[in-house]
Amino acid sequence: MDAEISLRVDGQAHRLTVDTRTTLLDAMRERLGVTSPKKGCDHGQCGACTVLLDGERQLPCLALAVAHDGAEITTADGLAPPGELHPVQQAFLDQDAFQCGYCTPGQVCSAVAVLDEVARGWPSHASTDLTADPELDHDEVSERMSGNLCRCAAYVNIVPAVQQAGGRS
Amino acid sequence: MKPFDYARPGDVAEAVRVATLPGAVFLGGGTNLVDHLKLGVARPDLVVDVRTLTSREVTDTEDGGLRAGAAVTNSELAADRRVRERYPVLAQALLAGATGQLRNTATTGGNPLQRTRCVYFQDVTTPCNKREPGTGCSAIGGTTRNHAVLGASQACIATHPSDMAVALAALDACVQVLGPTGERTVPFTELHRLPGDDPSRDTVLEQGELITAMGLPPLPAARTSAYRKVRDRASYAFALVSVAAVLDVRDGVVQDVRIALGGVAHKPWRATRAEQALRGGPATPDAFAAAAAEELADARPQPGIDGGNGFKVPLVTRTLVATLRDLTAAQEG
Repeated sequence: MDAEISLRVDGQAHRLTVDTRTTLLDAMRERLGVTSPKKGCDHGQCGACTVLLDGERQLPCLALAVAHDGAEITTADGLAPPGELHPVQQAFLDQDAFQCGYCTPGQVCSAVAVLDEVARGWPSHASTDLTADPELDHDEVSERMSGNLCRCAAYVNIVPAVQQAGGRS
Repeated sequence: MKPFDYARPGDVAEAVRVATLPGAVFLGGGTNLVDHLKLGVARPDLVVDVRTLTSREVTDTEDGGLRAGAAVTNSELAADRRVRERYPVLAQALLAGATGQLRNTATTGGNPLQRTRCVYFQDVTTPCNKREPGTGCSAIGGTTRNHAVLGASQACIATHPSDMAVALAALDACVQVLGPTGERTVPFTELHRLPGDDPSRDTVLEQGELITAMGLPPLPAARTSAYRKVRDRASYAFALVSVAAVLDVRDGVVQDVRIALGGVAHKPWRATRAEQALRGGPATPDAFAAAAAEELADARPQPGIDGGNGFKVPLVTRTLVATLRDLTAAQEG
């Protein structure tokens, strides 16, 4: 069964026809040529495809495109105007927070959302006090980023990058 | 992936009507269903999208409780200040589950309906009574580290994977359900089934019945509550065992206690025997251990090619003692 949907990806509007089985990730990568979100495990376990979907970090590999007609999506490629870097991207460069780079677009999108979630006062499993404002210490960053795997194990630099972008270095 | 039709009805009443057809499934956040579509574990004819049809609000109820619409995400429910203050066990359970990305997608109505992570259930090349009734259980005598020690059957030894559900069982939550014949309320502890001879049915919900909201009763004692999860790594892993507990202690005596266990059974396991053993008695580590022994009297660890899951019996005991000890210290200093 086919369905016609609209998506807005990194500010650009698209209209396309998709099979109901098509995931949002495959629709972006294979139909729209948006290859910033990477296909890692395709089962929601690695976080390489993380994007901001309607403002929240989510996994397009576990989303049916047909169910997201009208969605607004920001990928790592659309975080900053062309030629510029988002502060999180700059922090990843400054801290050498990647090696092969395959997981990096997902890490960056996740980190942008983490800073937003912390600003909203959302607690995490690492928060000792559920009602206090969270601090961007090592354990908080590590826990909040646990949905983004890095097979090069650049975690030791990813944590400081997230802290730098969050104004704590 | 098997082809399927997709429907996004205009409201919940229409969704329930459409979903009464055999072969229809509801789609909420989809974090488990979409994976199962890919794996061939789920092979529906029709996917009925209800993600935007139910309430996405957490509201105060007249009796002092809370009501969370089925579309409230796990992140939103965990971050709700009333949940954090009045039901910390629920916020902690939600935050102990999955990842930030998944919690932003998974819903209040969908989370309790996620299916077991038994590897044989998810591997369509192996027999599984839950996936294909009558084919047998590959887990029995296989790898059983993540399997049940309480309430299992010869047909299935799977565990329920949800953390949130363990907290809801301890809190005596109630499930608002809309079905073809109208609305009904199901006590959360009665939502999930033990496997018996039909493990294909995880819950008592009938075809077409939709969870529309979760009700949390007023429970002042729940301000002193906690969720403790033991897993193979520090984050993003399912529970080997977990404990959700509400404890009210005064002058060293247990006034009220609610306990549910995760990772040990086909459903969130409400530990009524342990509760009974504790009420009115001393809040001491010895009493907590004795209550755990009471609850685990009928535990049947599974042998397995990975060494089996006998470790869960002492692990539940120690996790329960530690959780109740901490809750006692929080009240009595």
